[in-house]
Amino acid sequence: MPWVDALTGVMVIAGAALCVVGGIGILRMPEFFTRTHATGVSDTLGAGLILIGLAFREGVAWGIGEGSLDVTLKLLLLLAFIYVVSPTGAHALARAAHAAGLPLPPLPKGAERDDSV
Amino acid sequence: MLQIALGGLLLSMALNLLRACKGPTVFDRILAVNAFSTVTVLLIAVDGFANDRPEFLDLALIYGLLGFVTTLAVLRFFRYGNLAHDQGEKT
Repeated sequence: MPWVDALTGVMVIAGAALCVVGGIGILRMPEFFTRTHATGVSDTLGAGLILIGLAFREGVAWGIGEGSLDVTLKLLLLLAFIYVVSPTGAHALARAAHAAGLPLPPLPKGAERDDSV
Repeated sequence: MLQIALGGLLLSMALNLLRACKGPTVFDRILAVNAFSTVTVLLIAVDGFANDRPEFLDLALIYGLLGFVTTLAVLRFFRYGNLAHDQGEKT
């Protein structure tokens, strides 16, 4: 079915474009804590669009008797795994950097930092 | 379609590697390698579909698991100096 291929192509290319945006962010952001922010783009929306697009295509192929169901389930499992693991890793990394005494980014004028956390 | 996406993912990996080489602190490097491993998982998945071999998804799953464990192990190594540190023990 051509419209399934077209929708999958649009989703996968959009996801890849968001991964490029994340890469540009991680390269050009000024210091560490703002760079952790840039990885979120490719880890959530990029991975989500690519894997859901592929799972949709494989699921439709399974519906008409060509694909297999376990490939679809594996794609969704991969997505769930990335969604659990990548925030955990980013959190551990930011905590370790803060504990090691890396200076926090400067605040905008008039803002206050909540040190109770 | 999938080939264009493969090119975009490779470009993203190149940008991440550039930051991993430049990164002033060790945390920048770990962050870049972490993002690199996520994009690698996506690259393996898309490449399997582009070549009609979805079995590559198993490799992607294993790569994702390894990337997470590697990040935590490297963080722990730079914090304590070894991987078998006991929390109660004085360094």
